Amino acid sequence: MNILRPLAARIVGQSIRLFARAITAVRADWQGIEPIPRQRVYYSNHTSNGDMPMIWSVLPPALRRDVRPVAAADYWLKNKLRAFVGPEVFNCVLIDRRPEVDDKPMDKILAALDEGSSLIIFPEGNRNMTDADLLPFKAGLYNMGLARPDVDLVPTWVANLNTIMPKGEIIPLPLICTVTFGASVHVQNGESKDDFLARAAKALSDLKPEVAS
Amino acid sequence: MNTTTIDIIWLSLGAFAILVGLTFFGEVLRARQDPNTQNPVLETFMTRVQSWWGMVILIGLAMLTGKIGVTVLFAFASFAALREFLTLTTKAQADHLSLALAFFVIMPLQYFFVAMEWSGLYAIFIPVYAFLLLPIVSALRGNANRFLIRVAETQWGLMITVYCVSHVPALMNLNIAGQGDRAILLVTFLVMVVQLGDLLEYFFGRRFGRTKIAAGLSPKTWEGVACGVISAMLIGGLLSWITPFGLWGAMAMAGIASLTGMFGNIVATAIKRDRGVKDWSHLIPGQGGFVDQLDSVIFAAPIFYHLTKFYGVA
Repeated sequence: MNILRPLAARIVGQSIRLFARAITAVRADWQGIEPIPRQRVYYSNHTSNGDMPMIWSVLPPALRRDVRPVAAADYWLKNKLRAFVGPEVFNCVLIDRRPEVDDKPMDKILAALDEGSSLIIFPEGNRNMTDADLLPFKAGLYNMGLARPDVDLVPTWVANLNTIMPKGEIIPLPLICTVTFGASVHVQNGESKDDFLARAAKALSDLKPEVAS
Repeated sequence: MNTTTIDIIWLSLGAFAILVGLTFFGEVLRARQDPNTQNPVLETFMTRVQSWWGMVILIGLAMLTGKIGVTVLFAFASFAALREFLTLTTKAQADHLSLALAFFVIMPLQYFFVAMEWSGLYAIFIPVYAFLLLPIVSALRGNANRFLIRVAETQWGLMITVYCVSHVPALMNLNIAGQGDRAILLVTFLVMVVQLGDLLEYFFGRRFGRTKIAAGLSPKTWEGVACGVISAMLIGGLLSWITPFGLWGAMAMAGIASLTGMFGNIVATAIKRDRGVKDWSHLIPGQGGFVDQLDSVIFAAPIFYHLTKFYGVA
C-alpha cells in the first residue's frame, strides 16, 4: 500500500497533465523569466478551480517536482479522492481557513520555503467572480517577500480559465489556455505593504494577453 | 491491393518526392547565405515545408486506413480549429452550455452524419438545427448583454471550422458513375491543389508581387495569386487521372478551389486582425494554428464538394 500510493499519485498527476493538454492545449509563455530550477513563489490570478492544475501542468518536470501549491484544507479534505489528489498528487500546503482554528498559515508557508520548495499561491484569497482583472491582494505575498527576500515572486497569469471552467459549471469547455510567467518582483527596502501589493498586482495584470473583442 | 490503394501509394510517394525537392531547395538556399544572418522569408518557407511533411504523412496514413481514417483525421482537425476559433470569440457564462454542446454534441454528430453518408442531414444540420438550437440554449440563461454578437460569432465558428471542414471527408460520399471507391482520391486532389497553389502563390508573390489585393490587411498580391492559381491548375491537370473530371475539368476545378482558398485566407486574416492576434494558436510549430494551416482548404471544400456533386449529376 505504501509503495503503491506514490505510484498512483504519479499516474494521476500525469493523467491530469495530459487531460489539461488535450482539452485546453495549455501552454507556458515564459516572458520575464526562464524555466530554470530556482526557488520561486508563483503568484497567480484565481478565477477557477482549474487554475492551480493548469500552472502545475505547464511547469517542466524538474520544476514541478519542487513546487507546492498553497490551498484551502476545507476544499482538499472534503472527500477521500480530494484528500488523495491535493496532498499526494499536488503535494499541497494545506491551510485551514476556519476562523475558530488558528492555523498560522504563514508559519506553514515559511516552513515549506525553508525546505527549499517553490510555491503556487493565489494572493486574492478567493476566486474572482467580478469583471475586474484582480481582487485586492491579501497581505500574505508581502509577508513572504519580507520574510524570505531571496525568493523570486513570479507573477503568473492564467488566461481564459474563467470561461473554460467558470464557478458553477460542470463541463469544462475546450478553449485554449495560456499561462504567462512574468519577471519576478521583490519587496524593496522601505516599501510599504500597500505600495508593494499594488506593484505586484500591476506586474500580474500587465501579463494579461490583449485580445480585442 | 486494388487500384485505388496503389494510386494512394503512388500519390504519397509523389508528395514525398516534391517535399524532398522543396526541403533540398531550401537547404541549398540556407547553405548559400551568410551563416550569421537569417532570412525570414526562407525560414517561413522551411517551416511551411516541415508542417507539410507532417500533413502528408498523416493524410497518407489516414487514406490507407480508408474512409474512417480520413473522417477521424478531419474530425480532430475540426476540433482543434473550433477550439482556436471559439477562444477568440465573444462569449458569456450564459453561453457555457451552448458552447459545450457545440464541442461535444454538434461537432461529433456532424462527423457521424458524414461517416454514415446521410448527405441530406449533414448539409443542413449546422445551418439549420445548430443555428436555431444554440441561441435558444443561450437565451434561456437570461443574459441579453451582447447576445446577437455572442450567438452570431459562435455560429460563424461552427460554420467555418466544422461545417466547411467536414466537406473534405464528405467528398468520399460522392458517388460518381463508374468511379467506385475512387472518391477518396478527391480528398487528395483538393488538399494537394489548394496547398501547393498556396505554397507557389507565396513564392511567386514574394518575387513578382506588386499590387496588393487588400492593402493593409494581407500581403497577398494579384500577381502572386494569378501565378498560384495557374500553378494549381497545372498541378490539377497533372493529377487529372485521379479525378472523374478529365484534363480540362480537373484544371478548372483546381483553379476554382485554389482561388476560393486564397480569398478564404484573406477572410481568416481579417478575423485575426479584428481580434488583434497574429496566429490562431501555437499548435503547429512555426506555423500558428490549425485554422492558419487550413483556412484555404476550409473555404475551398464546400464549393469543391458541390461542384463535384453537380458534375456527377450532369
